[in-house]
Amino acid sequence: MAKAFDPSLNAGLANDISLEIDLSSTEGEKVWLDKGFTILVGLSALASVAVLFWMSVVVAQQAWPAIQKYGAQFLWSMDWDIGQLLFGALPFIYGTIVTSMIALLIAVPVGIAVALMTSENLLPEWVKSPLAFTVELIAAIPSVIIGLWGIFVFTPVFEPVAMWLYQTFDWLIFFSTPPLGQSVLVAGIILAIMVLPTMAAISREVLLAIPAPLRSASMALGATRWETIFRVMLPTGASGILGAAVLALGRALGETMAVTMVIGNSLQISPSLLDPGTTIAANIALQFPEALDPLHIGALMYLALILFVLTLVVNVAAVFIVQFVSSKGIGG
Amino acid sequence: MTAYNYDANRDEADLLDSAEDIDLEVPLPLVRRFFDRGMTVLAIVLAIAAIIPLFSVLKEIIQRGLSGLSIHVFTSLPAAVGEANVISGFGNAIQGTMVMVSIASLVSIPLGILTAIFLAEFGQAGWLTRSIRFILTVLSGVPSIVVGVFAYALIVLNTIAGYRGFSALAGSVALMVIMLPIVALSTEEALKLVPVPQRLGSSALGGNRFDTTFRIVLPSALAGITTGCLLAVSRAAGETAPLIFTALFSQDWMTSIMDPVASLPVLIYNYASSPFAEQNAMAWTASLVLLVLVLVTNILSRIATRKRAGR
Repeated sequence: MAKAFDPSLNAGLANDISLEIDLSSTEGEKVWLDKGFTILVGLSALASVAVLFWMSVVVAQQAWPAIQKYGAQFLWSMDWDIGQLLFGALPFIYGTIVTSMIALLIAVPVGIAVALMTSENLLPEWVKSPLAFTVELIAAIPSVIIGLWGIFVFTPVFEPVAMWLYQTFDWLIFFSTPPLGQSVLVAGIILAIMVLPTMAAISREVLLAIPAPLRSASMALGATRWETIFRVMLPTGASGILGAAVLALGRALGETMAVTMVIGNSLQISPSLLDPGTTIAANIALQFPEALDPLHIGALMYLALILFVLTLVVNVAAVFIVQFVSSKGIGG
Repeated sequence: MTAYNYDANRDEADLLDSAEDIDLEVPLPLVRRFFDRGMTVLAIVLAIAAIIPLFSVLKEIIQRGLSGLSIHVFTSLPAAVGEANVISGFGNAIQGTMVMVSIASLVSIPLGILTAIFLAEFGQAGWLTRSIRFILTVLSGVPSIVVGVFAYALIVLNTIAGYRGFSALAGSVALMVIMLPIVALSTEEALKLVPVPQRLGSSALGGNRFDTTFRIVLPSALAGITTGCLLAVSRAAGETAPLIFTALFSQDWMTSIMDPVASLPVLIYNYASSPFAEQNAMAWTASLVLLVLVLVTNILSRIATRKRAGR
């Protein structure tokens, strides 16, 4: 019932009606104007769409010399020697995946906590709205500024924590090397801060869309708030929250500047998260301005292509999950 | 709250009397209560932790950036490396950012709005509209660094107007690609909010498609469209990754769009990793300027959207 006042529902309805009626004029002096206009918007839409395909073609074309030379071996080769023109992507792929995983590990629980705090009736409205707004605002900060903050504020503050992790948990392989300041862990945490708004905002929408009777019924059966959250709310919203996490993953994989500035950029593969590392995006950002040899450019293009395909797959999956959820309408 | 002692010999009136003394609030088992309270505390702590970075960023930028702020930062060129205590600024970076964002807007805003008109007004809800919307969504998710690589291959590696190399044009092309899906998707949302009867009314009065769109639908949706464009502009103004190897950087004022050009984000990036303290300080001041630019645009457009949606 209350849904009738939802503007998005009205918009959907409106759209359906407009489809059935063709408003184009069929006679009069201005038929040509309408036809021309129709063609113009059609061409614009096609041009916008063409950009994505054009991008794929151009990047693949530029990467082609490197693909021919190094083939699939590029993916698991560890060399990166510009002088000898030996290139391999493994350290970059490894760093990209590890930093993104750390980011998700932090951003998913924190994002869900923020979504719960801003959708449940635990806090008064004058706290909830500003909280949701503030978290969303993080997304508006340019990533280079987060990187600057990461270098001069977060890294020094985190240093004692990293030291403590090393001294206390050095038997754990993740914390087995002495911290040097910039590290994969720092980059992962910075990434978590950057993808948190995506995670929190979408999870909040999902939780708010769950019909109220579901939670009332659970409370009426004697469940406490958190029993209701864990047994009713989160399972009902699970697919939407998964979509949010996949979308956040897509952002984390491609994030460049903040990571480049704090990860330390070292071409090693170390299981220790306190060691510096590198990512695909960071390497492209660092080496492209100075790349001169066509094969070096080709190898960087190959890296870009890998990142492109990786994020494409993740983003397409996220779109499908979110569409599946919205078409299902969450619990009717 | 006296304890209720069972006494078989009491009569009914007694029972009714003492019923008021019974504690009806049956306490939850300790485990359940602790779980509930504990999770609430945990969630509140996590939510507070989530907003600490934002406030820390704002505090540090104001603290470290404000002292360097003067009229000179807007009007002067960066001082040579290692020269402290001289008049220094980043006027050329502000100029470069403005020029590139403007060129990008000139193409992406009209193209994005026309695309949105196709989606919202002409789309026959069929596979075509759905796939265009899908592709635009995917395009908006392409990492900005890949967009930079695209612009690099397209402009930097090719000879255009007798010049081959890093240029403001290449940077503009990259920003254009980043802005396009944001403008198109948000404009479509705005157009969808215009009620259908308005279109029918226009049509009934003899308005054709062109008149209906430009005289009725677009004016009604203007606030929403402006919001989308402002969001796109604020996003483009803060982008760094696609600019570092397309527009590169320059110590000088921009004279031609075929030359490398400075921009605020790239300046912050370069100066952040500089070993010179005065350049680090300049990076903070530049961040303050960029952040004010981006946040003001962003917050203004968000407030406009909220009012429009009536929330």
